This record gives sequence, C-alpha cells and structure tokens, in this order.
Amino acid sequence: MLEVKNIHKKFGSNEVLKGVDFKVEKGSVIAVLGNSGSGKTTLLRCISFLEQADQGEITFDDFQKDITAVTRKEIKELRMKMGFVFQGYNLFRNKTALQNVLEGLTAARKISVKAAQKRAMEMLGKVGMENRANFYPDQLSGGQQQRVAIARAIAYNPEVVLFDEPTSALDPRLTGEVLDVMRKLADEGTTMVVVTHEMEFARKVANWVVYMEDGVIVEEAPSKEFFACPKNPKTMAFLHMTDSDYSI
Amino acid sequence: MSERLAQILISSFTRILIPGIKVTIPLTLISFVLGCTIALFLAVVQTANIKGLKQFSRFYIWVFRGTPLIVQLFIIFFGLPSVGIVLDAFPSAVIAFALNLGAYNAEIFRSAIQAVPQGQTEAAYMIGLNYPQTMLRVVMPQAFRIAFPPLFNSLIGLTKDTSLASSITVVELFTTAQQIAARTYEPFALYCEAAVIYLMICTVLTWIQNYFEKKLVWNTPAPVKG
Repeated sequence: MLEVKNIHKKFGSNEVLKGVDFKVEKGSVIAVLGNSGSGKTTLLRCISFLEQADQGEITFDDFQKDITAVTRKEIKELRMKMGFVFQGYNLFRNKTALQNVLEGLTAARKISVKAAQKRAMEMLGKVGMENRANFYPDQLSGGQQQRVAIARAIAYNPEVVLFDEPTSALDPRLTGEVLDVMRKLADEGTTMVVVTHEMEFARKVANWVVYMEDGVIVEEAPSKEFFACPKNPKTMAFLHMTDSDYSI
Repeated sequence: MSERLAQILISSFTRILIPGIKVTIPLTLISFVLGCTIALFLAVVQTANIKGLKQFSRFYIWVFRGTPLIVQLFIIFFGLPSVGIVLDAFPSAVIAFALNLGAYNAEIFRSAIQAVPQGQTEAAYMIGLNYPQTMLRVVMPQAFRIAFPPLFNSLIGLTKDTSLASSITVVELFTTAQQIAARTYEPFALYCEAAVIYLMICTVLTWIQNYFEKKLVWNTPAPVKG
C-alpha cells in the first residue's frame, strides 16, 4: 500500500538516513524501534513530507514517483490519506477538542458541518474524550491532549496513521491511557506505523517490528519472531539493553 | 493657586479636550488602522517568504525605523510640495504616522507569527489544510493574541506621538495648549494640563487593553452550542 525505497536524508553533513527501504501493508501495525538518533523519526517525517528527503522513491497505492520530485499538490493529496500523531500533540491551542477534530473534516475536506460534527463526536468517544469536547488544549492533561490528537488524525479515515513517539512526553499512567487507545485502533484493523520506545507495545500490539540503527534498518521481522529470536547482533544488544531491569 | 490661574485651568480644560477628542483621537485611530494594515502586509510577505516582497519589507522597515518621525513628518508636509505634491496638514500627519507605525508593528506581527509553535503548522498540513487556511485558522488567531499587548503599547505610544503633528500646523490637543499658554503666559500650568489630558486618554486605553486581554485566552470551556 505504502512503500518508500532507498531513502537518503542529510542534515548538513550529518547523514541521518542512509538508504532505507520501508513498506507498509494494509492492516499491519508496525513498530519502529531504535535508539535516539537512529533516524526513525526522520523516516516518518520523510514519508509525510514534513522533511524533504534527498533521494528515494515513494509508492502510495497507484501513485509512484521519485520522492524529491513530488509536487506540492501531490504532497497535499498524499497527506489526505495519512494521519499523523506527534510526540508533542500539536493541538491547535485556539480551538477546542471538538474543533481540533472538526478542522480536517470541514475545512480540509468540505464535509458538511452536521455530518462532520457527528463524526468528530464519534471519534472523541472512541478515544474517551467526548465529555471534554468543549475544552481547550490548555485545560487538558498531556494524555488527554494526545488522545484528542489521535481522534483528529483518524477522523477522516486515513489509510495509514503515523505515530511519532506518541507517549514519549507522558508519565507512565498517561502513557497507559494513550496506549490503550492505540491498542483499540490496532484491534479494529487500522494501519499504523508507530515510532516508539514502548517495548510492550511493540511486543504485544504490533505485528511487525523494524529495528533501526545509524540511519539504516538493521532487522525487521514479525513481532513474535523479532523478540523471540533476533538474528542481528546489534538487535540482540538493543533488546538486551532495554530488557534489563534496573536493580539498585 | 491664584484665582486667575484656577479660572484659566478650568476654562481651558474643555478647550483643550475638544480638539483632543475631535483631532487627536481620530488622527491616532486612523493612523493606527492604516499602520497595522501596512504592518500585517509587511509581516506576512516576510513569513511567507515571497521573493522580492520580503526584501522590500526589510528595506521599508530599515528606512522607517531608522529615521526620526518628525523628519518624516517634515518631508511629507514641507518637502513634498516642492516636487508638486501638496497635502493638507491632517492627511500629511496620517500618512507619516501610518508609514512609521507600519514599520514598527510589522516587527510585532512578524515575531508573533513566528512565536506560534511550528508543530501546529505541521499538524495543520497533515490534516490537509493548505497554507492560507493554516495561517487564517490556526496561526493568525494565536499570533494576534501574542501581538496584542505590544500592539497596545504601540497604540499608546502613537497617541502621544500625535502631538508632533503640532509642528506641521495640525490643530490638535497639544497645539491648542500651546496657543493658550502663549496667550495667558502660563506655560507650566497649561502644559501640565495637556499632560493630564493625554494621561486620561491613555488610562482609558489601558483599561480597554486589560479588558480584552482577559477575553483573549483559550482556557475556559467553550459554551456548548445547540
């Protein structure tokens, strides 16, 4: 459904992505793991054109093109089929939870206000935020804001939802409430790409795991297989490091 | 205080206040609205990074911030007639104040637009909004909130700066005070009186600012519609 090939990206002289091939099948839940600086967020941002890749190719359904040659209009059309959830939520602070969700339906997709309102309330219900519909982001906790942000990203039924470290700014309890919502979406068959440090999520919810290091994909495998018998020594080292509990 | 001085102060109060209301306030408001329009244009073409217009913007701000307001007033009112452009005193003052304020407020608007977190712009693009929609629906309302206190600062500053229009023969608040001071030989009392009237106008402006600043926050639940 969505595929990028040979993605390269440099920031100045720092090469962050060194030829990444990445593929998303419909209905899959992919966890992208890796240490900070491994390039996983940059990969997500290149796919969504928030960063311009230096080289590569993108395929989305029947659209296929050199990723550096995609026009502004095509970017907009591709984004119409994507949802994006940010680490910092990025809710519109001048709009209520409901208005945040409505925006993509009414302003961007010209859906009638009545239909959009119904849909937006449904989405807020799905993330357990219907009783906060008229609250502004500043009045919500981080976990609540992220749930609204998820509702905003799924409201227009995108083909794939990209999550960029959605729980990294949250404490464990709030992380739990956001992960619950994401698990629910996964169970409903939403196609998801999740850049995360949550190993439990990768283990239990994702059905495919990608491990990145130094701008390349080191290993990828079905979730069970990835955790049960990692093949690359780098992956083993990473899993060992994240597995070991702190004992003081 | 002598009885004569008290008489002068009382009778001159309304004579100074009336041109204050009829000239100083309109001069301030018209110049401010025009100046903000210029400023908004200058700020938007800079943040939208429009080639040519962005450079023009920087040049404009450089010129009008870098030269004294009174010199700009003199060039427009006394200078332009020698190249065949003759304007009345009041429109000359409006033009000078608007052009000058445009440069200062452009920087207020630009910094306010840039202060809205970039992440919200990215989020707007990702849900499918285009650039104008993102600016109008997400960035501008928040930028306006950020710009509001410094804009009021500039409005209050302008209110007092309009007294410079007295130097190009506009009969406003300060000109009137000058005339009465000259006639009565009471400069100390009359100029203090003018100062008090400016202070009154600016006090009202401060109240208005405080009122709207409290309204312009997004931290109470919106009323439920329907």
